[in-house]
Amino acid sequence: MIQAIAFYFFATIVVAAAVMTIMAKNPVHSVLWLIMAFFNAAGLMVLVGAEFIAMLLVIVYVGAVAVLFLFVVMMLDIDFAAMRAGFSRNAPLGLVIAAILLAELLLAVGAYSAGGITLGTPDGTAAQAADTSNIAALGGLLYGKYILLFEIAGIILLVAMIGAIVLTFQPPKPGARARQDVGKQIRRRPEDATVMKNPEVGQGVEL
Amino acid sequence: MIGIEHYLTVGAILFVLGVLGIFLNRKNVIVILMAVELILLSVNLNLVAFSAFMQDLVGQVFAMLVLTVAAAEAAIGLAILVIYFRTRGSIAVDDINRMKG
Repeated sequence: MIQAIAFYFFATIVVAAAVMTIMAKNPVHSVLWLIMAFFNAAGLMVLVGAEFIAMLLVIVYVGAVAVLFLFVVMMLDIDFAAMRAGFSRNAPLGLVIAAILLAELLLAVGAYSAGGITLGTPDGTAAQAADTSNIAALGGLLYGKYILLFEIAGIILLVAMIGAIVLTFQPPKPGARARQDVGKQIRRRPEDATVMKNPEVGQGVEL
Repeated sequence: MIGIEHYLTVGAILFVLGVLGIFLNRKNVIVILMAVELILLSVNLNLVAFSAFMQDLVGQVFAMLVLTVAAAEAAIGLAILVIYFRTRGSIAVDDINRMKG
């Protein structure tokens, strides 16, 4: 009973937040609604016992991706009202396609719940043991059988990071600001920079 | 009782909303990228639901990889958006026709 209440709570909010994400006039509001959707999707995942994926969703999406979106939205100086000009023109086609997709997906789910196709029984090699936590079981799988996939994921992230830096990097314009000349700095001796003066009493110092 | 069908229905609705978002916000690349994130979220939800249903953790490993690719995609997409805005001063999709493809 309490699971059903929690499920419908999370599911309602995630769907409503997704609707607001694509409908909001201001992209900043869109990002905030997206964060809401991710939080509640994480709640849905906790309900079936996938705690680690849920935490990852909150950390990676809310902590990194959504903030990245927010950064970019606020960095670009755009008149967002003009961008929504085609909204009502595109709406009928979009709604038709959405209706067809939803009908098809619900048809598939309905057919599945009517009987389901047996695709073989799970062999249980990757089943979670009863006495281990979700994170421990997942870690054993990820660092054992799927170590190669894990490393490939790391390489994908590295390539994405380098790619983003290379794309947005602007080399400094020549003469735009003082450049650092390491050789000149190292060649500089105390005699070049300082002078000893012994002025008379009451006299100023001329440099 | 909550079954796998409930999760699949939520995933389906999220997926459809993502596709709808791409169609409705044809001009705004940022919202299109957010709609893609919604689609990937629905995929993740399905993978996790099936993982719990089949008592098989491989689905969660897959969901993690989808998460990785989604993060990489957002970073690269937003980087392209920033340099495009820097050179053209606009991010309207209708204006992106330089290559005449």
